[in-house]
Amino acid sequence: MSYEPVLLRRSAGAAPGAPPVGIGAYRDDGGYEGLAKALTMAPAEIIEEVKASGLRGRGGAGFPAGVKWSFIPKESDKPKYLVCNADESEPGTFKDRLLIETDPHQLLEGCAICCYAVGAPVCYIYIRGEYVRQAEILESAIREAYQAGVLGESVLGKGFKLDMRVHRGAGAYICGEETGMLESLEGRRGQPRVKPPFPAIIGAFGAPTVINNVETLCNVPHIIQRGADWFAGIGTDERNTGPKLYCISGHVEKPGVYEFPIGASLDTLLEAAGGMLAGRALKAFIPGGASAALLPADKSHLPMDFDNLAKAGSMLGSAAVVVMDETTCLVRSVYRLAKFFAHESCGQCTPCREGTNWSQLVLGRIEKGHGRPGDAELLVRMTANMSGTALCALADACVGPVRSLAQNFRPEIEEHINSGRCPLPYRRVFEETA
Amino acid sequence: MAESARRATGLPEDVRSAIAELRKHYPTEEALLLPALHFAQKHWGGWLPEEAILAVAQELQLPAARVYGVVTFYDLFHQNPVGRHRVRVCTNLSCALRGGNEILEAVQGRLGVRENEVSGDGKCSVVEFECLGACEQAPMMMVDDEYHGRLTPERARRIVEELD
Ligand SMILES: Cc1cc2nc3c(=O)[nH]c(=O)nc-3n(C[C@H](O)[C@H](O)[C@H](O)COP(=O)(O)O)c2cc1C
Ligand code: SF4
Ligand code: FES
Repeated sequence: MSYEPVLLRRSAGAAPGAPPVGIGAYRDDGGYEGLAKALTMAPAEIIEEVKASGLRGRGGAGFPAGVKWSFIPKESDKPKYLVCNADESEPGTFKDRLLIETDPHQLLEGCAICCYAVGAPVCYIYIRGEYVRQAEILESAIREAYQAGVLGESVLGKGFKLDMRVHRGAGAYICGEETGMLESLEGRRGQPRVKPPFPAIIGAFGAPTVINNVETLCNVPHIIQRGADWFAGIGTDERNTGPKLYCISGHVEKPGVYEFPIGASLDTLLEAAGGMLAGRALKAFIPGGASAALLPADKSHLPMDFDNLAKAGSMLGSAAVVVMDETTCLVRSVYRLAKFFAHESCGQCTPCREGTNWSQLVLGRIEKGHGRPGDAELLVRMTANMSGTALCALADACVGPVRSLAQNFRPEIEEHINSGRCPLPYRRVFEETA
Repeated sequence: MAESARRATGLPEDVRSAIAELRKHYPTEEALLLPALHFAQKHWGGWLPEEAILAVAQELQLPAARVYGVVTFYDLFHQNPVGRHRVRVCTNLSCALRGGNEILEAVQGRLGVRENEVSGDGKCSVVEFECLGACEQAPMMMVDDEYHGRLTPERARRIVEELD
């Protein structure tokens, strides 16, 4: 059955590098009608609609968006905030960039509806510092929206006041974690906070705050316009609903962002992406970004949604699917991810600061041929100490790939240790300083 | 505080007015720190000498130590001189699978620099970088504010050669 894209409907056919959809074209295509409709509804009704749609967060954790919005207290003596998470730093992920580059008004409309629903007069879009051009695109779309009366003193002339700003990060993965992001927004080091209190009660500047991912918010105008039932009818079941952007990269012919009903399998994605690079065989894949457990090739038929992937011991995460073919050394691949987590740990919690670093060291020595008997068990024990013992989910993110390697691909580790070298015919790709 | 009443700081006027423009959109002065550091770094040629850090601290009336703490936390703020052009080569997984490390080697080899060094003519500094959110273009690198994807070692070398 052919599937009509929702999130990419205005950009699916566009040439690479084409300018973003402007406000005129956006409105001609029915854009901002969701916002107009929302403004005729009671805020509580909007929240109910989003709840009924089953929309779950697309940033990684999959928390139901409508439920999150309903935690915002109705009465507050401080102004409430929406902070849109455009930090997109999970390795393998590039969907939010595409949404911003091609159709920025779709995001602004989703933000505006959320602000109205929770009563927030201010929205900050926190975007990673490297996305310089993308920040400019958003800023110019926001200017267009102000000029058209979509934002500002009276949104669409309906008396709701909304200020929207783009706030640039400065290169730190941990600022994608929601409370690290709030610290960063407030002008500090992005070190995650102790929770509770959750941001819905004490968030940005001590005030109730919603934090949602770019893709999550982009779904909202469509839900309001076409209804919760339509949205809930897409996907695998009532807990996994709606359209989903999958980022596929690594050893495939046509890496890119592909939109499917949530629950597409790797087989489906591979078909869309032109198959495996050079026709080589699939060895393993990561379904949900660097923090997700690796899955073996025989899981390629699995529906990639929140619950099916959790059942398989991995996660949907940011739906960043990294494909590795038969020539790939998995020890080296996971070493590279551990190195990333060690670099990005903010250092507040001992299990995370030490565990990410030791993961990198032990995997590094195995890859270089200096692995010791028992290193696989060591990795399993280490990750057990990192899991659930730290302030935020970064420590667990490192556990995902490391433990899955040690448990599910142990023969590859043993082979490295027994032969005293990496058995794969890879060119020199391992930096000597590791 | 009225803008006119603000004491002169070591920040140039254009940076001060850019900060002043943002002030009304944030409830605290501290929240202006990241934007202020971005403005200042741009003005000082891509890095933040002590004078810039102290000027930002003075402008926002923050202790210098607070500002140093923030500068050292973020990968995009630099406390040492950088080249006129800054090259960031991604070697995270999706890029590594498509040859990212070879790109890094090619670029550093061509410029005769190692990690964080500035080439002799002051033209370029090169760093190995984490995922830049463009894995579909792997292997890729960022030169100043622009992304360059689907690189081969030859193309990467040519791109840095052609910088002025
Ligand atoms: C280490 C870490 C990094 C994260 N990075 C991002 C990110 O880059 N983008 C994002 O949307 N969420 C990221 N998250 C998830 C956020 O904390 C938060 O759950 C999300 O923004 C909520 O939005 P959602 O409910 O719409 O998904 C990260 C979480 C952790 C623990
Ligand atoms: S788990 Fe790691 S990144 Fe998260 S707060 Fe602790 S040290 Fe920082
Ligand atoms: S891994 Fe290189 S851009 Fe994502």
